[in-house]
Amino acid sequence: MVTTKPTNGHLLGIDGMSRSDLEELLELTDTFAEVGRRPIPKVPALRGRTVATVFFENSTRTRMSFDTAARRLSADTIAFAAGGSSLSKGESLRDTVEVVSSYGADAMVIRHPMAGTAHRVAGWTDAAVINAGDGCHEHPTQALLDCYTLRERRGALDGMRIAIVGDVRHSRVARSNVLAFTALGAEVVLVAPATLLPPAVEGWPVTVAHELDPLLAGLDAVYLLRMQQERITEGLIPSIREYAADFGLSAERAARLPDDALILHPGPTNPGVEISAVAAAYHRSVILDQVVHGVSVRMAVLFLLLGSGRSPASTGGSPTDEEGGRP
Amino acid sequence: MSVVLRGGRIIDAEGERTLDVEIGDDGRIAAVGTGLTGDLDLDASGCVVSPGFVDLHSHLREPGQEEAETIETGARGGSLGGYTALVAMPNTDPTTDCVAVVEQVRALGRRSTCEIVPTAAMTVGRAGTDMAPMGELVDAGVGIFTDDGTGLQDPRLMRRLMEYSTGLTRRLGRPVMLAQHCEVSALSAGGYMHEGEWSSLLGIPGQPAEAEELMVMRDIALVRLTGAHLHFQHLSTASSVAMVRGAKAAGLPVTAEATTHHFTLTDAACASYDPVFKVHPPLRTDADVAAIRAGLADGTIDAVATDHAPHAPHTKERSFDEAPPGMLGLETAFALTLDESGLDLPEVLAVLSWRPAAIAGIADRHGASVVPGSPANLCVVDPDETWTVSGAAMASRSSNTPYEGRTLRGRVRHTIRAGEPVVVDGEARR
Repeated sequence: MVTTKPTNGHLLGIDGMSRSDLEELLELTDTFAEVGRRPIPKVPALRGRTVATVFFENSTRTRMSFDTAARRLSADTIAFAAGGSSLSKGESLRDTVEVVSSYGADAMVIRHPMAGTAHRVAGWTDAAVINAGDGCHEHPTQALLDCYTLRERRGALDGMRIAIVGDVRHSRVARSNVLAFTALGAEVVLVAPATLLPPAVEGWPVTVAHELDPLLAGLDAVYLLRMQQERITEGLIPSIREYAADFGLSAERAARLPDDALILHPGPTNPGVEISAVAAAYHRSVILDQVVHGVSVRMAVLFLLLGSGRSPASTGGSPTDEEGGRP
Repeated sequence: MSVVLRGGRIIDAEGERTLDVEIGDDGRIAAVGTGLTGDLDLDASGCVVSPGFVDLHSHLREPGQEEAETIETGARGGSLGGYTALVAMPNTDPTTDCVAVVEQVRALGRRSTCEIVPTAAMTVGRAGTDMAPMGELVDAGVGIFTDDGTGLQDPRLMRRLMEYSTGLTRRLGRPVMLAQHCEVSALSAGGYMHEGEWSSLLGIPGQPAEAEELMVMRDIALVRLTGAHLHFQHLSTASSVAMVRGAKAAGLPVTAEATTHHFTLTDAACASYDPVFKVHPPLRTDADVAAIRAGLADGTIDAVATDHAPHAPHTKERSFDEAPPGMLGLETAFALTLDESGLDLPEVLAVLSWRPAAIAGIADRHGASVVPGSPANLCVVDPDETWTVSGAAMASRSSNTPYEGRTLRGRVRHTIRAGEPVVVDGEARR
């Protein structure tokens, strides 16, 4: 893979992050996961800092997760949300970014329907930019929370065999996870109809399969991607029914996974399409863990970028001291 | 006022010699010899005197998008790039698809520092449905028709346009030329860069090379059917070059251009996510770049064009999908062709000057050999001078050059348009 942009001071993608960068973040996440389990899950680490969520695409979960993470760190939050394009208002993206910057944002959490937008924004603002999903490119905090979830259950990703199933072509989650899982020592197989794979994956550190059934018995984890209705009108698959029949994780398929195999999904799920309701509720499904860990990971990312890059131990007291603890 | 270009090495279609060139006040070359004197002496020592360059593909944005460029500023940039004639694309606002707009472009052109050669759209409003009034436009002197910016999708209409154009030869005095932007939009729609390894990595939806190649293939077949003269604009893929090579070998009346960016940049540039690298057709792969250079070397590609496409800065400060495609080209074309096409200097001048002049139907006044009596449309270039590209320093109203900060070798020193020194020592005089 190639490095598309340095991540210095920003979190633009998993691309460019080393194994030790990832491990540092996951270890820091442990600290914040502990905060989340407290009766009052709030620490003063980022008091006085402002985190802006700048979303050019509808999102409930990711925005709430970042918002929760920022508030648990005592940061102030501001939100910008534009349904469609900035173009429709005649305002350039840069104008929008400069306006948000001028409200004093220390971090800008940006989601946009087009790849590369977070990279561009990073060049236009002094704020730390966190990519919360750029088109079909990357969604690094999702990959981090997925790694954290796997690591929590299995100790480490080394040697795990993970299938990423579904619309890889349009999935920023898949791109970030391919990079993160393989950097942490897992083996990845992409499973999809040929039309839902990226046009050229030859250089990727993955294997590719077009059938799920022969793989099930050898998997340590199966990661299901969301399937969207638009793919039918785009002529990429014949029908949702056919997709579900070939690639959906039915209860019957879930039962053929090894006993300790984990089931992940970035949410929101389409029950009966990529995953059956029964499989989603299966004891090996860690889908709700992913949601919980999302907040912890995002706390770690915000702290790492806004806490002057210092380790939690060196911030003049611990960032995880409770409210009213040492300043 | 007579002007003398002193001590330069003349290179034109006839060959090479070191002589002074005297330009008379009638705008024509008065004498070529030694020890000539004039009212204004321009030093050409160490430089090459060439017939002026001709760009087959300029977007001058006027009328309609004067924020990005005007005919005046575009022509000034052209003069600085050694051009004496620019073929103006018709995707103006309103579209150049009728005599009134052609006359407006021509009138604005007459006040500028280049000859502006208007083209007209093949279809009304470039909408791809109804034929533009080609006969009327031919009578107004238009010899090139194109819907550039989009390909003409309907094969039946393309066939009819080709057939119709063959009936206008006598009225124009030479064959009417249709120029095609080859792109099957059903395959390219929703794509913003070349589809391949880089688009897969970057997550930017791509356009496959086949979107261009299918239309090249179709149009070669239609040329065989109709006998019309078709010019392929901005060829960008290896297979396109191979197909045009085959069509020429079969004796079909086709010509082709390639842009400087398609033989100097690849899709890897899009990794910056900077839409300054967004262009249609998109930047392709190393193999395609090599094929374009090979096509220039063996004459499959007749001319280097710029596809000079100014865009106001704020329009490129959008996400990659929303930013408009296109890049500046007029002021960098000579140096890039000299440095990176693989052609030797006489061939560089041929693909920039007399070959495109012949395709544009203006060989009587541009690209002509440097002999007494020829119209004085000339440029003097220093093949050894190095300079650093700066969009802000360009004459264009826009600054979207993909070569910002690059050091290039080869610079235009003087440009003479109809006897007038419009660029002297690298500075525009008006």
